[in-house]
Amino acid sequence: MLQVSLYRYNPESDDAPHMEEFSVDTGGKDLMVLDVLELIKADYDGSVTYRRSCREGVCGSDGLNINGKNGLACITPLSETVKGGKLVIRPLPGLPVIRDLVVDMSLFYAQYEKVQPYLQNASPAPAIERLQSPEERAQLDGLYECILCACCSTSCPSFWWNPDRFIGPAGLLQAYRFLADSRDTATEGRLAKLDDPFSVFRCHGIQNCVNVCPKGLNPTKAIGHIRTMLLNRAT
Amino acid sequence: MVTSVTSFSRTGLSDWLIQRVTSIILLAYFLLIAYQLMGSVDYTSWARLFEQTWMKVFTLMAALSLAAHSWIGLWSVFTDYLTERMLGPKGNVIRLVCQLGASLALVGYVIWVVVIIWS
Repeated sequence: MLQVSLYRYNPESDDAPHMEEFSVDTGGKDLMVLDVLELIKADYDGSVTYRRSCREGVCGSDGLNINGKNGLACITPLSETVKGGKLVIRPLPGLPVIRDLVVDMSLFYAQYEKVQPYLQNASPAPAIERLQSPEERAQLDGLYECILCACCSTSCPSFWWNPDRFIGPAGLLQAYRFLADSRDTATEGRLAKLDDPFSVFRCHGIQNCVNVCPKGLNPTKAIGHIRTMLLNRAT
Repeated sequence: MVTSVTSFSRTGLSDWLIQRVTSIILLAYFLLIAYQLMGSVDYTSWARLFEQTWMKVFTLMAALSLAAHSWIGLWSVFTDYLTERMLGPKGNVIRLVCQLGASLALVGYVIWVVVIIWS
């Protein structure tokens, strides 16, 4: 039996959050954490609330804090996270909890919106498409794959303390994705918006974001590239 | 709300660059002091070292670097933890009091260093 400790909070009936214990029979299988949540919801308590959609690590809906480390429940096997038969599941840290494992991601999306995550090009659009060389396209590898699950930003203490001013690793990875894009011509405007003491420079390079990213991306490296671009622009 | 008005240079890039340059100056200064301490040190040799103009200038540079480096670091800590988000409505007042205390202490230390090495 797997001992599961689940964060519960219903704002309509609970004064404060609490942990609820479940003993779950996994049948000896190496299930994914999402499967365990589905078992609990189906067999123990139908009111357990969480987000999920694709259940294969593509949509980024089920980002959770699993045994102390952020990750996607659907692609985290029990064998990877369970030690001593105990599984502790909490919502992503640092964001307001709406109910149980569901967090309000408004602050996260507000920071994402700030970096203007779309292609900007001042020249007239060509008849078919804007072309890139294979080398220019390769600059976007390791950047475009982000699924906005928020595992990185919610594992970052700088984002916990200043979620309204520090863009956070997910937003900054996307900021660099467009700064690095040969088809984007808004580089100067993008950089000008990042040169305050909070947006980029609140990152102290502790690499929690790199440690938890379920897609294996490296936001700290992208932030380093943004710093270099800001330095080159100013000197 | 936390703003940048009390940051050292008002821009993130300048603060970041200043912190790195001052850290190099401090590293060089403390390596020099460590090197001196590894030899035989007595009052005469120590006083003779600090009588030289280059050492006075280097010490002053190190003191100014320490003050700038500390302020940028402390400002980051204060604006992380001493905020309305963390401490409630009194957060901004507590932060400003701490910033005032830290800035007075740092200015005091720099003046103290100047008095010691140039008097």
